[in-house]
Amino acid sequence: MLRKNWWKILSVACLLYAFIAGFLGGVPVKPILNETIRNLYFHVAMWFCMMIYFIVSVVYSIKYLRNNNLKDDIYAIEYAKTGIFFGMLGLITGSVWAKYTWGAFWSNDPKQLGAAIALLIYFAYLVLRNSITDFDKQARISAVYNIFAFAMLFPTIWIIPRIMESLHPGGMGNPAFNTKDIDARMRVIFWFGAIPGWALLGTWITTLRIRLKFLEEKKLSNV
Amino acid sequence: MLCSFITMAQDSTANKKVEMAGVMRSNGKIYVVVTVLVIILSGLTFYVARLDRKIGKMEKEFSGK
Repeated sequence: MLRKNWWKILSVACLLYAFIAGFLGGVPVKPILNETIRNLYFHVAMWFCMMIYFIVSVVYSIKYLRNNNLKDDIYAIEYAKTGIFFGMLGLITGSVWAKYTWGAFWSNDPKQLGAAIALLIYFAYLVLRNSITDFDKQARISAVYNIFAFAMLFPTIWIIPRIMESLHPGGMGNPAFNTKDIDARMRVIFWFGAIPGWALLGTWITTLRIRLKFLEEKKLSNV
Repeated sequence: MLCSFITMAQDSTANKKVEMAGVMRSNGKIYVVVTVLVIILSGLTFYVARLDRKIGKMEKEFSGK
């Protein structure tokens, strides 16, 4: 998987489809949202990808704790970093979108606060990790913390924003996928273009970082 | 004064007439946005693919040692 090429081409093909069909395809006509509904392919996809990377990351952290293989630790940290990056993009793009639909970049909406808290918890993961110099200790403590950070995603992103009243779509249910907001035309582009495209692109970048990390380790052990 | 009015009027009528109906200008020029995005995406892809190749080369060097 790390050095195969077909899925990289697939990623770009999906993204091309999402970019072209995303702008030229038909969308439901909605007040306030207008053409910004097309942000679904970009803003919402960022959060989906973040979640995918965090899940992959926590799986590798658990794997590390079970077998103490430092390779799994590298996978975990690099996927978490990509997840944090996509989450930041999601937060920034969401805030721009909010400015023109809700009226302000930041309105302390439960969705925004929850996402911000979740990201801060993951920032702490990076800080904690870099503050430990011993390799094994670093890997072990950060793997345990990663599981905690992942668990905190549930209240901050999945539960609280759904039970509190929110400006975000789906305040009382599924965000982004209210059947009345999105129609079949958009769903096809989202599931077959945007999600696989972005998810694979992020994976591609992550595998590059992982390979670079492996090279660094090899260099260290060779010296 | 009158002259400028006339030229303004001429300008506005000229603008209306000079609407070229090329593909790129139709639909509120959305095709221009799509083209820009496709260029950015292909540029980024090229960049990441090059990075991929460079790291691949480094890996080969290391395994050759």
